[in-house]
Amino acid sequence: MSSQLFDAAQLRRALTRIAHEILERNGGADGLALVGIRTHGVPLAGRIAESIGLIEGGDAPAVGAMDITLYRDDAGQLGSTAILHPTDVPFDVNHMTIVLVDDVLYTGRTIRSAMDALMDLGRPAAIQLAVAVDRGHRELPIRADYVGKNVPTSREQKVVVELTELDDRDGVFLQEASHGA
Amino acid sequence: MERKRHLLGLEGVSAEDIQVLLDSAETMIEISQRDVKKVPVLRGKTVVNLFLENSTRTRISFEIAAKRLSADTINLSGGGSSLSKGETLADTARNLAAMSPDAIVIRHPSAGAAILLAEVLDCPIINAGDGAHEHPTQALLDLFTIRQAKPELKGLTVTIVGDILHSRVARSNIYGLLTLGAKVRLCGPPTLLPPMFEHLGAELHYDLATAVRDADVMMMLRIQRERQGHNFFPTLDEYARYFCLTEELLAEASSDVIILHPGPMNRGIEISSGVADGPYSLMMNQVANGVAMRMAVLYQLIIPGHDGIRGSEIPERTPTSATG
Repeated sequence: MSSQLFDAAQLRRALTRIAHEILERNGGADGLALVGIRTHGVPLAGRIAESIGLIEGGDAPAVGAMDITLYRDDAGQLGSTAILHPTDVPFDVNHMTIVLVDDVLYTGRTIRSAMDALMDLGRPAAIQLAVAVDRGHRELPIRADYVGKNVPTSREQKVVVELTELDDRDGVFLQEASHGA
Repeated sequence: MERKRHLLGLEGVSAEDIQVLLDSAETMIEISQRDVKKVPVLRGKTVVNLFLENSTRTRISFEIAAKRLSADTINLSGGGSSLSKGETLADTARNLAAMSPDAIVIRHPSAGAAILLAEVLDCPIINAGDGAHEHPTQALLDLFTIRQAKPELKGLTVTIVGDILHSRVARSNIYGLLTLGAKVRLCGPPTLLPPMFEHLGAELHYDLATAVRDADVMMMLRIQRERQGHNFFPTLDEYARYFCLTEELLAEASSDVIILHPGPMNRGIEISSGVADGPYSLMMNQVANGVAMRMAVLYQLIIPGHDGIRGSEIPERTPTSATG
């Protein structure tokens, strides 16, 4: 069983809204950069940055990509850690406001790892968090500043974000246990 | 119990495993370029460097690699260890195992030392050079350095020149290059390049001028001065006259040829200063890449679960070698 939470248009509107919220909260795009968490956070960060550029009528904020495998607290417990991807943050994070972007916020452990990884690159003025979906079940005191959609889930369910940059289509789906992990 | 992964050599290591290791090194390069050159992935893990033969750059390279991944390192060398008091390697290894290391890196003057350790210990073993057998991390960093300059290794012509007979670097490179689909030419005096190397799938050359022709990569090996006087070649001067890579000879190679040398090099013997310092020489890249490559090896052997690399198999012993 799989049900659709967002179609392509709804996802686009949610990301546009997040772009507006980021600008409103930070009083513009000065000193702002986005860092997407691999894999699906990276195209999401790109889309939000593009949206910010369009709204402000200037250059889109800088976008980086981050692989957090080497910062995970469960290294060795999961099977799928063999493939590493480079972290590519092509700007100085010192004194910047960095918006971390991920597809799904769940336990918060990925975000904890991403914050550690980001701090190893420098000392940002502030770190904020934007996610397409917040599905609950936090295990750490972490919350998102910008949320596309809050979705109550059970732990057996799986939330899947698909993006045309990586998958066949745009959309957010809720899968039941039999289809899930 | 989960099978321990080892890197005992590149013989028998799959192309997929080699690609995963090279790709991982790409990520590790980025870490080495940061202000904070450290990631927490091996926090709480212990890596033992057991170096029972002189080595400076390989030992330091492994030590930096382990530290950049936040592992604790313990260094043991020949003189200070109980091996100098008569303990056998297997007994030393069992004592180390009682301290529950998460990986042991071994350099040893005898071929097969790393395999022996893998047989007796339940912990990942990394061969950092065993006699004239293999030196897989050096070959991996050579492959990585080649791949940085030439993205597709398949179909490249790589010429390895020098003392092939005694070279563990050459052996590991031959296995790795052939596995990835490169063509390998070997060149040296017949005393240092016995015909058996043809069985591995390499071309043999005794004339440097023909071995250089259209080569994409020239890999020059160090001539071990101590071998002079053992009848492998008459004098160093004579060796240099026939097998020293000069700019003149290099003109016959592919126009974008690159030069590798595992170091330490003898200028004027296997390589002229003009070539060693030339723009096509990637020796300093090799040293920098060595740390990233060893980080990748440590990570891949210690961390990933069931879908990680397979690494080396422990070879079956033949009845004769079991008693030897």
